[in-house]
Amino acid sequence: MNQPDTIDTIFPVRRSVLFLEGAKDTFPLIVGAIPFGIIFGTLAATAGISFAATMGLSIFVFAGSSQFVCVGLVAVGTAWPMIVLTTFVVNLRHLLYGATMVPFYKGLSRAWKVVLSFGLTDETFAVAVNRYTRMAGSPGNHYYNLGSMVFMYLSWNLCTLLGLTAGRAFPEISEWGLDFAMPATFIGIVLPYLVSKPMWASVVTAGVVSILSAGLPHKLGLMVAAVAGVAVGLLCERVLSKKQKTAKN
Amino acid sequence: MFDMGINLYEVYMVAGMALVTFAIRYIMFPISGRFRFPDLFERGLRYVPPVVLTAIIVPSVLMPEGQTLNLKLSNPYLIGALAACGVGWVSKNLLLTIVVSMVVFQVAQWGLQ
Repeated sequence: MNQPDTIDTIFPVRRSVLFLEGAKDTFPLIVGAIPFGIIFGTLAATAGISFAATMGLSIFVFAGSSQFVCVGLVAVGTAWPMIVLTTFVVNLRHLLYGATMVPFYKGLSRAWKVVLSFGLTDETFAVAVNRYTRMAGSPGNHYYNLGSMVFMYLSWNLCTLLGLTAGRAFPEISEWGLDFAMPATFIGIVLPYLVSKPMWASVVTAGVVSILSAGLPHKLGLMVAAVAGVAVGLLCERVLSKKQKTAKN
Repeated sequence: MFDMGINLYEVYMVAGMALVTFAIRYIMFPISGRFRFPDLFERGLRYVPPVVLTAIIVPSVLMPEGQTLNLKLSNPYLIGALAACGVGWVSKNLLLTIVVSMVVFQVAQWGLQ
Protein backbone atom coordinates (compact mmCIF):
# COMPACT_ATOMS: atom_id res chain seq x y z
CA MET A 1 0.00 0.00 0.00
CA ASN A 2 1.09 3.54 -0.55
CA GLN A 3 1.79 5.68 2.43
CA PRO A 4 -1.03 8.07 3.22
CA ASP A 5 -0.08 11.45 1.86
CA THR A 6 -0.50 13.73 4.84
CA ILE A 7 -0.59 16.94 2.87
CA ASP A 8 -3.55 15.66 0.84
CA THR A 9 -5.60 15.20 3.99
CA ILE A 10 -4.44 18.08 6.14
CA PHE A 11 -3.71 21.11 3.98
CA PRO A 12 -5.76 21.09 0.81
CA VAL A 13 -5.10 24.80 0.27
CA ARG A 14 -1.33 24.43 0.35
CA ARG A 15 -1.45 22.07 -2.61
CA SER A 16 -2.46 24.82 -4.99
CA VAL A 17 0.07 27.19 -3.44
CA LEU A 18 2.82 24.66 -4.10
CA PHE A 19 1.50 24.00 -7.60
CA LEU A 20 1.62 27.72 -8.45
CA GLU A 21 5.04 28.10 -6.88
CA GLY A 22 6.38 25.36 -9.17
CA ALA A 23 4.84 27.07 -12.16
CA LYS A 24 6.31 30.42 -11.12
CA ASP A 25 9.84 29.05 -10.70
CA THR A 26 9.66 27.48 -14.17
CA PHE A 27 8.70 30.76 -15.80
CA PRO A 28 12.23 31.97 -16.70
CA LEU A 29 12.95 28.65 -18.41
CA ILE A 30 9.66 28.84 -20.29
CA VAL A 31 10.61 32.24 -21.67
CA GLY A 32 13.71 30.57 -23.10
CA ALA A 33 11.64 27.74 -24.58
CA ILE A 34 9.05 29.97 -26.29
CA PRO A 35 11.08 30.68 -29.46
CA PHE A 36 11.95 26.98 -29.72
CA GLY A 37 8.28 25.99 -29.55
CA ILE A 38 7.23 28.51 -32.18
CA ILE A 39 10.14 27.65 -34.46
CA PHE A 40 9.37 23.96 -34.05
CA GLY A 41 5.77 24.48 -35.18
CA THR A 42 6.84 26.58 -38.19
CA LEU A 43 9.60 24.17 -39.23
CA ALA A 44 7.36 21.13 -38.93
CA ALA A 45 4.78 22.76 -41.17
CA THR A 46 7.36 23.58 -43.83
CA ALA A 47 8.94 20.10 -43.60
CA GLY A 48 5.57 18.72 -44.68
CA ILE A 49 4.53 17.15 -41.37
CA SER A 50 0.74 17.29 -40.98
CA PHE A 51 -0.96 19.52 -38.42
CA ALA A 52 -2.16 16.51 -36.41
CA ALA A 53 1.26 14.84 -36.34
CA THR A 54 3.03 18.07 -35.33
CA MET A 55 0.64 18.62 -32.42
CA GLY A 56 0.92 14.89 -31.68
CA LEU A 57 4.67 15.28 -31.22
CA SER A 58 4.26 18.10 -28.70
CA ILE A 59 1.32 16.41 -26.93
CA PHE A 60 2.63 12.85 -26.67
CA VAL A 61 6.42 13.03 -27.02
CA PHE A 62 7.05 16.37 -25.26
CA ALA A 63 10.83 16.41 -25.75
CA GLY A 64 12.13 19.46 -27.59
CA SER A 65 15.47 18.40 -29.03
CA SER A 66 14.20 15.07 -30.34
CA GLN A 67 11.21 16.83 -31.91
CA PHE A 68 13.61 19.11 -33.82
CA VAL A 69 15.71 16.15 -34.88
CA CYS A 70 12.53 14.43 -36.07
CA VAL A 71 11.64 17.41 -38.29
CA GLY A 72 15.16 17.38 -39.73
CA LEU A 73 14.94 13.69 -40.51
CA VAL A 74 11.44 13.84 -42.02
CA ALA A 75 12.59 16.69 -44.27
CA VAL A 76 15.18 14.39 -45.87
CA GLY A 77 12.76 11.46 -46.17
CA THR A 78 13.98 9.18 -43.36
CA ALA A 79 12.12 5.93 -42.56
CA TRP A 80 10.15 6.09 -39.28
CA PRO A 81 12.01 3.27 -37.48
CA MET A 82 15.24 5.21 -37.98
CA ILE A 83 13.57 8.32 -36.52
CA VAL A 84 12.38 6.34 -33.49
CA LEU A 85 15.89 4.92 -33.00
CA THR A 86 17.42 8.40 -33.22
CA THR A 87 14.85 9.68 -30.70
CA PHE A 88 15.92 6.92 -28.35
CA VAL A 89 19.57 7.98 -28.59
CA VAL A 90 18.84 11.72 -28.31
CA ASN A 91 16.62 11.26 -25.25
CA LEU A 92 18.79 8.71 -23.48
CA ARG A 93 20.07 11.44 -21.16
CA HIS A 94 16.63 11.45 -19.52
CA LEU A 95 17.53 8.11 -17.94
CA LEU A 96 19.75 10.10 -15.59
CA TYR A 97 16.87 12.43 -14.73
CA GLY A 98 14.73 9.45 -13.77
CA ALA A 99 17.56 7.93 -11.76
CA THR A 100 18.05 11.22 -9.90
CA MET A 101 14.35 11.50 -9.03
CA VAL A 102 13.96 7.93 -7.73
CA PRO A 103 14.66 8.78 -4.07
CA PHE A 104 12.49 11.93 -4.28
CA TYR A 105 9.45 10.14 -5.74
CA LYS A 106 9.66 7.30 -3.23
CA GLY A 107 6.30 6.84 -1.52
CA LEU A 108 4.29 8.37 -4.36
CA SER A 109 1.65 6.24 -6.05
CA ARG A 110 2.37 4.71 -9.45
CA ALA A 111 -0.03 7.18 -11.11
CA TRP A 112 2.00 10.09 -9.71
CA LYS A 113 5.25 8.51 -10.90
CA VAL A 114 3.83 7.96 -14.39
CA VAL A 115 2.58 11.54 -14.67
CA LEU A 116 5.67 13.20 -13.22
CA SER A 117 8.11 11.08 -15.22
CA PHE A 118 6.24 11.89 -18.45
CA GLY A 119 6.97 15.55 -17.69
CA LEU A 120 10.68 15.16 -16.90
CA THR A 121 11.88 17.60 -19.54
CA ASP A 122 15.24 19.34 -19.18
CA GLU A 123 13.48 22.41 -17.77
CA THR A 124 11.17 20.78 -15.23
CA PHE A 125 13.92 18.41 -14.12
CA ALA A 126 16.21 21.36 -13.40
CA VAL A 127 13.55 23.22 -11.41
CA ALA A 128 12.21 20.19 -9.53
CA VAL A 129 15.55 18.70 -8.54
CA ASN A 130 16.57 22.07 -7.12
CA ARG A 131 13.42 22.16 -4.99
CA TYR A 132 13.73 18.56 -3.81
CA THR A 133 17.34 19.04 -2.72
CA ARG A 134 16.72 22.45 -1.14
CA MET A 135 13.63 21.36 0.79
CA ALA A 136 14.33 17.68 1.25
CA GLY A 137 11.60 15.85 3.13
CA SER A 138 9.12 18.70 2.93
CA PRO A 139 5.72 17.20 2.12
CA GLY A 140 3.97 18.17 -1.07
CA ASN A 141 7.03 18.76 -3.24
CA HIS A 142 5.30 16.65 -5.90
CA TYR A 143 2.63 19.33 -6.27
CA TYR A 144 5.42 21.83 -6.91
CA ASN A 145 6.87 19.45 -9.52
CA LEU A 146 3.42 18.99 -11.08
CA GLY A 147 2.94 22.76 -11.32
CA SER A 148 6.24 23.13 -13.14
CA MET A 149 5.39 20.30 -15.50
CA VAL A 150 1.83 21.43 -16.35
CA PHE A 151 2.95 25.01 -17.00
CA MET A 152 5.81 23.80 -19.23
CA TYR A 153 3.50 21.40 -21.07
CA LEU A 154 0.79 23.95 -21.78
CA SER A 155 3.19 26.62 -22.98
CA TRP A 156 5.13 24.17 -25.19
CA ASN A 157 1.92 23.05 -26.87
CA LEU A 158 0.59 26.59 -27.19
CA CYS A 159 3.86 27.72 -28.83
CA THR A 160 3.77 24.74 -31.20
CA LEU A 161 0.25 25.73 -32.20
CA LEU A 162 1.32 29.37 -32.67
CA GLY A 163 4.21 28.32 -34.88
CA LEU A 164 1.98 26.03 -36.94
CA THR A 165 -0.59 28.77 -37.37
CA ALA A 166 2.04 31.33 -38.39
CA GLY A 167 3.52 28.86 -40.87
CA ARG A 168 0.11 28.24 -42.47
CA ALA A 169 -1.26 31.77 -42.29
CA PHE A 170 1.76 33.19 -44.10
CA PRO A 171 2.75 30.53 -46.60
CA GLU A 172 5.11 33.03 -48.24
CA ILE A 173 7.29 32.61 -45.13
CA SER A 174 8.59 29.48 -46.82
CA GLU A 175 10.12 31.61 -49.57
CA TRP A 176 12.02 33.65 -47.02
CA GLY A 177 15.03 31.51 -46.33
CA LEU A 178 13.10 28.82 -44.50
CA ASP A 179 15.17 26.25 -46.35
CA PHE A 180 17.85 27.42 -44.04
CA ALA A 181 15.81 27.79 -40.83
CA MET A 182 16.71 24.33 -39.62
CA PRO A 183 20.50 24.53 -39.96
CA ALA A 184 20.30 28.04 -38.46
CA THR A 185 18.30 26.79 -35.46
CA PHE A 186 20.55 23.80 -34.89
CA ILE A 187 23.71 25.92 -35.07
CA GLY A 188 22.15 28.25 -32.48
CA ILE A 189 21.45 25.27 -30.21
CA VAL A 190 24.89 23.66 -30.60
CA LEU A 191 27.08 26.77 -30.07
CA PRO A 192 26.45 27.15 -26.30
CA TYR A 193 27.70 23.58 -25.79
CA LEU A 194 31.13 24.47 -27.16
CA VAL A 195 32.79 25.49 -23.92
CA SER A 196 35.42 22.77 -23.46
CA LYS A 197 38.09 21.06 -25.56
CA PRO A 198 36.46 17.61 -25.37
CA MET A 199 33.14 19.11 -26.54
CA TRP A 200 34.85 20.81 -29.48
CA ALA A 201 36.68 17.60 -30.40
CA SER A 202 33.46 15.62 -30.21
CA VAL A 203 31.41 18.04 -32.32
CA VAL A 204 34.14 18.45 -34.98
CA THR A 205 34.51 14.66 -35.21
CA ALA A 206 30.75 14.24 -35.62
CA GLY A 207 30.77 16.82 -38.42
CA VAL A 208 33.64 15.21 -40.33
CA VAL A 209 32.31 11.65 -39.92
CA SER A 210 28.81 12.73 -40.98
CA ILE A 211 30.29 13.80 -44.34
CA LEU A 212 32.41 10.66 -44.73
CA SER A 213 29.46 8.39 -43.91
CA ALA A 214 26.83 10.35 -45.83
CA GLY A 215 26.53 7.57 -48.43
CA LEU A 216 25.35 4.92 -45.94
CA PRO A 217 21.75 3.70 -46.39
CA HIS A 218 18.85 4.53 -44.00
CA LYS A 219 20.63 7.62 -42.66
CA LEU A 220 22.88 5.29 -40.69
CA GLY A 221 25.65 7.85 -41.15
CA LEU A 222 23.94 9.87 -38.41
CA MET A 223 24.41 7.07 -35.87
CA VAL A 224 27.99 6.42 -36.98
CA ALA A 225 28.82 10.11 -36.65
CA ALA A 226 27.13 10.37 -33.24
CA VAL A 227 28.97 7.34 -31.83
CA ALA A 228 32.31 8.58 -33.22
CA GLY A 229 31.70 12.05 -31.75
CA VAL A 230 30.86 10.77 -28.27
CA ALA A 231 33.85 8.38 -28.32
CA VAL A 232 36.30 11.13 -29.29
CA GLY A 233 34.84 13.48 -26.64
CA LEU A 234 35.34 10.86 -23.91
CA LEU A 235 38.82 10.01 -25.19
CA CYS A 236 39.77 13.67 -25.15
CA GLU A 237 38.48 14.01 -21.56
CA ARG A 238 40.64 11.11 -20.54
CA VAL A 239 43.79 12.44 -22.24
CA LEU A 240 43.28 15.87 -20.65
CA SER A 241 42.76 14.50 -17.15
CA LYS A 242 45.89 12.36 -17.47
CA LYS A 243 47.87 15.42 -18.55
CA GLN A 244 46.57 17.30 -15.53
CA LYS A 245 47.64 14.50 -13.21
CA THR A 246 51.17 14.35 -14.63
CA ALA A 247 51.42 18.14 -14.46
CA LYS A 248 50.57 18.01 -10.75
CA ASN A 249 53.21 15.37 -9.96
CA MET B 1 -7.33 25.90 -43.06
CA PHE B 2 -5.30 23.06 -41.51
CA ASP B 3 -4.81 19.79 -43.23
CA MET B 4 -5.93 17.42 -40.50
CA GLY B 5 -4.93 14.36 -42.45
CA ILE B 6 -2.31 12.25 -40.74
CA ASN B 7 -0.77 9.34 -42.62
CA LEU B 8 0.28 5.96 -41.30
CA TYR B 9 3.97 6.87 -41.48
CA GLU B 10 3.35 9.78 -39.11
CA VAL B 11 1.20 7.70 -36.75
CA TYR B 12 3.99 5.12 -36.37
CA MET B 13 6.59 7.85 -36.00
CA VAL B 14 4.70 9.81 -33.30
CA ALA B 15 3.66 6.64 -31.43
CA GLY B 16 7.19 5.21 -31.58
CA MET B 17 8.80 8.43 -30.41
CA ALA B 18 6.26 8.84 -27.60
CA LEU B 19 6.81 5.27 -26.46
CA VAL B 20 10.62 5.33 -26.34
CA THR B 21 10.71 8.78 -24.73
CA PHE B 22 8.27 7.83 -21.98
CA ALA B 23 10.02 4.48 -21.45
CA ILE B 24 13.36 6.26 -20.94
CA ARG B 25 11.86 8.75 -18.48
CA TYR B 26 9.89 6.15 -16.49
CA ILE B 27 12.01 2.98 -16.49
CA MET B 28 14.23 3.96 -13.54
CA PHE B 29 11.30 4.00 -11.09
CA PRO B 30 10.32 0.31 -11.30
CA ILE B 31 13.96 -0.90 -11.53
CA SER B 32 15.52 1.59 -9.14
CA GLY B 33 18.17 0.55 -6.70
CA ARG B 34 19.10 -2.56 -8.65
CA PHE B 35 22.04 -1.12 -10.55
CA ARG B 36 24.13 1.96 -11.15
CA PHE B 37 25.21 3.41 -14.47
CA PRO B 38 28.88 3.22 -15.24
CA ASP B 39 30.48 6.63 -14.95
CA LEU B 40 31.63 6.48 -18.58
CA PHE B 41 28.03 6.08 -19.79
CA GLU B 42 26.84 9.09 -17.78
CA ARG B 43 29.62 11.28 -19.12
CA GLY B 44 29.07 10.07 -22.68
CA LEU B 45 25.40 11.09 -22.60
CA ARG B 46 26.30 14.75 -22.21
CA TYR B 47 27.78 14.76 -25.71
CA VAL B 48 24.75 13.27 -27.43
CA PRO B 49 22.52 16.30 -28.18
CA PRO B 50 25.19 18.59 -29.76
CA VAL B 51 26.77 15.68 -31.62
CA VAL B 52 23.50 14.47 -33.19
CA LEU B 53 22.48 18.00 -34.21
CA THR B 54 25.92 18.57 -35.76
CA ALA B 55 25.70 15.31 -37.70
CA ILE B 56 22.42 16.59 -39.19
CA ILE B 57 23.59 20.15 -39.93
CA VAL B 58 26.96 19.47 -41.55
CA PRO B 59 25.78 17.32 -44.50
CA SER B 60 22.76 19.57 -45.13
CA VAL B 61 25.05 22.61 -45.32
CA LEU B 62 28.08 21.15 -47.13
CA MET B 63 26.19 18.72 -49.39
CA PRO B 64 23.04 20.64 -50.30
CA GLU B 65 22.57 18.63 -53.51
CA GLY B 66 22.96 15.24 -51.90
CA GLN B 67 26.17 13.30 -52.40
CA THR B 68 28.62 15.95 -53.62
CA LEU B 69 30.64 18.15 -51.29
CA ASN B 70 30.25 21.86 -52.07
CA LEU B 71 32.84 23.92 -50.17
CA LYS B 72 32.73 26.85 -52.61
CA LEU B 73 31.71 30.27 -51.35
CA SER B 74 28.97 30.21 -53.99
CA ASN B 75 27.11 27.74 -51.75
CA PRO B 76 24.43 29.84 -49.98
CA TYR B 77 24.00 27.20 -47.25
CA LEU B 78 27.68 27.51 -46.39
CA ILE B 79 27.48 31.32 -46.30
CA GLY B 80 24.38 31.17 -44.10
CA ALA B 81 26.03 28.67 -41.75
CA LEU B 82 29.14 30.85 -41.39
CA ALA B 83 26.88 33.82 -40.62
CA ALA B 84 24.98 31.77 -38.02
CA CYS B 85 28.22 30.68 -36.34
CA GLY B 86 29.51 34.26 -36.27
CA VAL B 87 26.34 35.88 -34.97
CA GLY B 88 25.65 33.06 -32.50
CA TRP B 89 29.17 33.10 -31.12
CA VAL B 90 29.18 36.85 -30.54
CA SER B 91 25.56 37.49 -29.51
CA LYS B 92 24.71 34.21 -27.70
CA ASN B 93 21.14 34.96 -28.78
CA LEU B 94 19.21 32.16 -30.49
CA LEU B 95 16.53 34.25 -32.14
CA LEU B 96 19.00 36.82 -33.50
CA THR B 97 21.22 34.02 -34.82
CA ILE B 98 18.33 32.43 -36.70
CA VAL B 99 16.93 35.65 -38.16
CA VAL B 100 20.25 37.17 -39.29
CA SER B 101 21.58 33.95 -40.83
CA MET B 102 18.29 33.32 -42.66
CA VAL B 103 18.45 36.80 -44.18
CA VAL B 104 22.11 36.25 -45.16
CA PHE B 105 21.17 32.90 -46.71
CA GLN B 106 18.30 34.42 -48.67
CA VAL B 107 20.40 37.34 -49.94
CA ALA B 108 23.20 34.95 -50.94
CA GLN B 109 20.72 32.77 -52.82
CA TRP B 110 19.29 35.75 -54.72
CA GLY B 111 22.69 37.28 -55.39
CA LEU B 112 24.17 34.06 -56.70
CA GLN B 113 21.33 33.13 -59.02
